[in-house]
Amino acid sequence: MSDTHSQSVAFVRTEDVPPAPPPANATGPVKWIKDNLFATPANSVLTVIALLVIYMVLSGTLPWVFNGIWDSPSLAVCREMLNGESGACFAVLTERWNQLLFGFKYPSDLYWRPALAFALLFVAAAPVLFFDLPRKILIFTGLYPFIAYYLIWGGSIFTPLLALAGFVAGGYVYQRFVKGSFAVGFFGAIAAAVLVWTIGGFIIPSSEITEGAMQSVQSRDLGGFMLNMMLGVTCVSLSLPIGIALALGRQSSMPIIKYICVVFIEFIRGVPLITLLFVASVMLSYFFPPEATVDLFLRVVIMITIFSAAYIAEVVRGGLAALPKGQYEAADSLGLDYTQAMRLIILPQALKISIPGIVNVSVGLFKDTTLVSVISMFDMVGMIRGPILASTEWNGVYWELFAFAALLFFIVCYGISQYSQWLERRLATDHK
Amino acid sequence: MADTAQMQVSDEVAITIQNMNKWYGTFHVLRNIDLTVNRGERIVVCGPSGSGKSTLIRCINALEEHQQGSIEVDGTLLSSDLKNIDKIRSEVGMCFQHFNLFPHLSILDNLTLAPIWVRKTPKKEAEEVAMHYLEKVKIPDQANKFPGQLSGGQQQRVAIARSLCMKPRIMLFDEPTSALDPEMIKEVLDTMIELAEEGMTMICVTHEMGFARQVANRVIFMDAGQIVEQNEPEEFFNNPKSERTQLFLSQILGH
Repeated sequence: MSDTHSQSVAFVRTEDVPPAPPPANATGPVKWIKDNLFATPANSVLTVIALLVIYMVLSGTLPWVFNGIWDSPSLAVCREMLNGESGACFAVLTERWNQLLFGFKYPSDLYWRPALAFALLFVAAAPVLFFDLPRKILIFTGLYPFIAYYLIWGGSIFTPLLALAGFVAGGYVYQRFVKGSFAVGFFGAIAAAVLVWTIGGFIIPSSEITEGAMQSVQSRDLGGFMLNMMLGVTCVSLSLPIGIALALGRQSSMPIIKYICVVFIEFIRGVPLITLLFVASVMLSYFFPPEATVDLFLRVVIMITIFSAAYIAEVVRGGLAALPKGQYEAADSLGLDYTQAMRLIILPQALKISIPGIVNVSVGLFKDTTLVSVISMFDMVGMIRGPILASTEWNGVYWELFAFAALLFFIVCYGISQYSQWLERRLATDHK
Repeated sequence: MADTAQMQVSDEVAITIQNMNKWYGTFHVLRNIDLTVNRGERIVVCGPSGSGKSTLIRCINALEEHQQGSIEVDGTLLSSDLKNIDKIRSEVGMCFQHFNLFPHLSILDNLTLAPIWVRKTPKKEAEEVAMHYLEKVKIPDQANKFPGQLSGGQQQRVAIARSLCMKPRIMLFDEPTSALDPEMIKEVLDTMIELAEEGMTMICVTHEMGFARQVANRVIFMDAGQIVEQNEPEEFFNNPKSERTQLFLSQILGH
């Protein structure tokens, strides 16, 4: 005000006001506490109550955690060692560590195989998650499912090799014919893959090749957190492409494709996952011919995958709907065909919009893998509720076990959530 | 300036529209449209909103489907055959009111995308062409930015450059300056004038009557889905024949 004259309207600045630091009472921790914790009387009361609650919770749990016993053969011994004091029996975790991670039937001398598969998972996932990494690692990502299968299930190396050969043949046929027509390429690829698998299937069992065979493990012997991770990773990576295909199919101008997708999505979304799992474990065998034995793990993977694919389809459809029509028109007007427009223009933007929703479904899916415990698969929760709590040594240890399970799931889910936030920031190009 | 209007128009036909009709549901949006555009012509289409002028030019590159009559672009008859449609679209450039740049791609990628994927141009060559056109619209220094970082006028010039990278023989403009601030309209119009001077065949839906006077060799007035009047710009503005044209011109030039 000092350099304006209140009497006159006209004003010309002659001297610039130099920038100055804020006064000391406008910064610093005291100021922050005053502004944020004790701004008004009501605010102060709430702060005090909140501090009290935090104190009560921590004063109960911290001694329990820090007083914990990590080395004891059974609950009874642990209680004796605690001698009436409050304290956790974490010994159950150390004693049953392998069971919690691998289940109780996986051969203990083979633990290194799933552990190695888990370590390699990070290498395989890295180029997909972080696209600044060299693209050549993607070759390993492509090979990873076959490597992981061989490591976890063992058996003849020809099984994963044959599966790989089928995919390679299918991919080759697709590359060859897709230029002529997408349908020819697509169905030709499926036919080629099935052909390779059928021919290979005839050759391999007849010759009984044992070369390159590792000790084989049955699907019903899988368990523990390993089973949750396997189901989670497999189902998320399968349901994302299927979900995108369903979302595009639902928008298709071809009525048959459109209605197949609509009916599929609406039906699957309308059914509880647990029903689908019971179908997988009990009912599916009625529909297959008696001699066919479709692996229980595979049946569960199929059910969880179609379940979450239906949800992802709706999330992606939301992303597609959020794009302005002008983007489709611009792509069309430049002469891009449907596949190019979708791949280069529409999906990159629609998926970016859908990231929070997709992550939501993925986190939910990962936690839902614990539902397989109700169809007597011994995943982590199945292990806790079954073999561990039913044993004479550890009957009655609930808090420690379930807190540990919660912690493991939290670490994975929080990691997914942090990754998705990083991804959103990384992809933000509109308001740079 | 006025000499642009006397630029050569060849006898070669670029677009023929014969007796074309289009309906939205039961609404008859385009009625008996007959229009022949010669190569090198610069046509301005004007008319009140809802008169079907945007729909008309969107029919030319099949963004909208017409139900009756024929459209022939560069000797290719527009039918439901996807191959024909893609062929015509890659020959006809289009600029939109809201630019419709691809926000997830850099300016350079916006320009090179279609040449690389549709024309199968090598990446390096496509980038050289893109830089050439960015220099032409006077924003080569923005090549590595994203569309969201540019002003509206810059975005529209990028959109024009993006169409030009496909080396189109015909350019369609759908109200290219309607979403712009007044001071940005000029920079876009200058780019369009330059394009016209180079002999590009252009059909332009616009309310910029100054642009029409200066550049167009024919002005078309549409109302209620029909071509009501067309004439050379001098005659059209100074001596409109139809009452509806007179009313329209008095409304937009009145203030």
